[in-house]
Amino acid sequence: MSSRSGAFPVRAAGWPRFAHRPSARAGLVLGGIILLIALGGPFVAPHPFDAIVGPAFQAPDSHFPLGTDFLGRDVLSRVLYGGRTVVGLAGAATLLAYLIGVSIGLLAGFSRSLLDPLLMRAMDVLLAFPPVLFLLVLATGAGPSPVALVLGVATVNVPNIARIVRSATLDVSVRGYVEAAVARGEPTAVLLAREILPNIANTLLADCGIRFTGSILLVAAVNFLGLGLQPPTADWALMISENRDGLTIQPWALAAPALMIALLTICVNLVADGVARSLGRSLDSESAVR
Amino acid sequence: MTGPVLQVQDLRLNLTSGETVVEDVSFDLLPGQVLGLVGESGCGKTTTALALLGYCRPGIYRAAGRVTIAGEHITGLPEAEVRRRRGRLISYVAQDPATSLNPAMRVGDQVAAMLRRHARGATAQAVADVLARVHLPADRAFQRRFPHQLSGGQQQRVAIAIALVCAPPVVVMDEPTTGLDVITQAVILKEIDRLRRVGARGDGTGLAIVYVSHDLAVVASIADRIAVMYAGRIVEEGQAIEVLTRPRHPYTRGLVSSIPDHATPRRLRGMPGVAVGVGERPPGCAFAPRCPQRQDDCDRSVPVLVETTTRHHVRCLHWQQTPPLRLDPPLEAWSIARGDLLLLAVENLRAEHGGRSGTVVAAHDISFSIDSGECLALVGESGSGKTTIARCVAGLHEPSGGRILLSGTALAGMARRRSREQRRRIGIVFQNPYDSLNPRHRVRDIIARPAILLREISKGEAEKETLELLERVRLPRRLAERFPAELSGGERQRVAIARALAARPDLLICDEVTSALDVSVQAAVLDLLASLRSELRLAMLFISHDLGVVAGVADRVIVLERGALCEQGRVDALLRHPTHEYTQRLIAAAPRLPEAGGVV
Repeated sequence: MSSRSGAFPVRAAGWPRFAHRPSARAGLVLGGIILLIALGGPFVAPHPFDAIVGPAFQAPDSHFPLGTDFLGRDVLSRVLYGGRTVVGLAGAATLLAYLIGVSIGLLAGFSRSLLDPLLMRAMDVLLAFPPVLFLLVLATGAGPSPVALVLGVATVNVPNIARIVRSATLDVSVRGYVEAAVARGEPTAVLLAREILPNIANTLLADCGIRFTGSILLVAAVNFLGLGLQPPTADWALMISENRDGLTIQPWALAAPALMIALLTICVNLVADGVARSLGRSLDSESAVR
Repeated sequence: MTGPVLQVQDLRLNLTSGETVVEDVSFDLLPGQVLGLVGESGCGKTTTALALLGYCRPGIYRAAGRVTIAGEHITGLPEAEVRRRRGRLISYVAQDPATSLNPAMRVGDQVAAMLRRHARGATAQAVADVLARVHLPADRAFQRRFPHQLSGGQQQRVAIAIALVCAPPVVVMDEPTTGLDVITQAVILKEIDRLRRVGARGDGTGLAIVYVSHDLAVVASIADRIAVMYAGRIVEEGQAIEVLTRPRHPYTRGLVSSIPDHATPRRLRGMPGVAVGVGERPPGCAFAPRCPQRQDDCDRSVPVLVETTTRHHVRCLHWQQTPPLRLDPPLEAWSIARGDLLLLAVENLRAEHGGRSGTVVAAHDISFSIDSGECLALVGESGSGKTTIARCVAGLHEPSGGRILLSGTALAGMARRRSREQRRRIGIVFQNPYDSLNPRHRVRDIIARPAILLREISKGEAEKETLELLERVRLPRRLAERFPAELSGGERQRVAIARALAARPDLLICDEVTSALDVSVQAAVLDLLASLRSELRLAMLFISHDLGVVAGVADRVIVLERGALCEQGRVDALLRHPTHEYTQRLIAAAPRLPEAGGVV
């Protein structure tokens, strides 16, 4: 069958290629709104995040659209403030995990030497620790700090990323175009960056959605346990933890931040799914030519 | 039964989106007859073959027509009824036995599973019988083996046994020998021919076989009748010998002219253009855009099948004008300096493949040399070590013994330890054009890279050269901006050749460069390589399993068997008078077309 017409799917006007699926488009829009709230929220918040403005656990009214929390702070303002840390910490941790994990995976997958088992067994050791336990030990050891949190969450993610990258690299490194590059003597760094990395990118993209979600939840979990960020910081996860006593009196103090975390993770996954599918499609068209 | 056992009438298969994949396919088949269904990839031959079993792949459905087997309308029955008849009325042998057999099931059980589905009673005896009928050991020990414990030939025999066990009058075989070595292929073909005569029961009733293949030479050796398909329609149909020696359709003629033959080397003629895809078929004759004898009326309507002589049909308005087959002598390659300058010398090369379960010797004590401008072919079946030797020369496999000398200087084992100049002088083109080009790079970058890296020219110069190289490999300049996924297989292989030429090598290693391509495309690529040799004074190390291809390309041949050198010599002498017993078997097994006007 012909490849020419099928190689590139028809684009919906004005949308990037990965977002021609309705679900990916919805994810992109909603995710954009949440990001906007997380980043721009503090500028439009009606009250400072740590100001006590009313009685504790007051139900929503015209003055406080989402009510107040356990200390009498405005929930809406804290929701608007609380996204920065979640998105920022999880984003930084994911990015760091990818920088390290991809490098390790590429080297291990491509080297075909002793480096491969050495790196991968080290990853196995890291994998052996339960993530939350690992982070708790880290937090008690190093003291609760955002830096330790980012490093810890990144460390937890590295082994899985390295394993995925390694197996994708193993698959790609026997391809003809990699062999051609080896035969003309490309330096290893060029080989990895030019020939291999672009061809494992869709595996990585499909994976990074889940990883980012995992990081958000992990950051939230550690904050919820009170070992990450410290009060009075406004943070969605911390808010859930702080206000859980008032669940029956003022559910909005919990529901609003919980909803934000849920929506964010869903959106990230929808977008990652769309990206993975659109990349998968361009590879499908290759096999269709056969 | 005296009438036809299989009747296909006006079969038409559509995509669910409405486009027609196959149309107007009709033929009859008598017991004991073999119909060769021939065509290049994408012509609809497998889709047609599957429709004979009342099956369509997802996304395809039967829009019209009917299939009658032994008096039963298989197409008019509900799915459950069709299933009950599959295996009993008609059965299927798939292309690759390695994937069509269940790797987790013992072969005896797989044969028995088919039988149990359709019959009751003495299963064990029937399984043993059918295995014996395809000349496999019928004992318990053999039946308890798993597919991976069998050779490729044995696997295919098991697949055939499964197809035969319920004694159907018709069997559809889809490229049953394509993945096999030449010698194994010859044995399986002989087996199929015997089964055709004795029938599935072995009682002499005869078996009707629809044999689907892209390989005309193989079909020539087995089929009574041949139907040539192009763009979803049968364009020519008739007695095998007549279709092959006096083709009336220009497409068939082109196809026959592009098949290499080891006994009579000739210049292969590829056809211009590529086959049209499903959605792009023109309103008139689908072959018209590529046809050398096209006239204005060809575009107006689809020609009907007309009878030329008795039982020979052709779908062409101007079939009378189709010239008879003509064999041109092969293109004389550059041969002046042959023997003057020693380019590459391989001395006592030994190569191994290391695995956890010990090492396998892939090549042992191999010595040969290539002069500048000379083409040396390495021939052998899979596992003969030919590709490993080529990879050693290219610096992709570390030899475990011996030396490789380029212009008298010993080369390091791996490419990265060779000098830039040494790397520049050896180029390589790989077997599979579908994975030898980086799908994320544009053609322009793919071709320019070796020149930038190995000749240290600027990006601008390299880009200018890229356009010239595209012309040199007969590709339009506009392809420079494309990605590999937007190219056909033949175009990709030309880009791969252009990439290898970009470094201006002295030696080009061609590792089975045409085995993934259709025959007409193969012919064009081989023709290109031959003219490049004379234009650029390139020496070549040409790896192939196909003696016909080698005969037309190489000056000298080395025959390899299981990593050892059997025989070497000038190509014409060696193919005509092989002295080594293995070479003789290889040559005898290679399928050939009947010579024009001659007898089979």
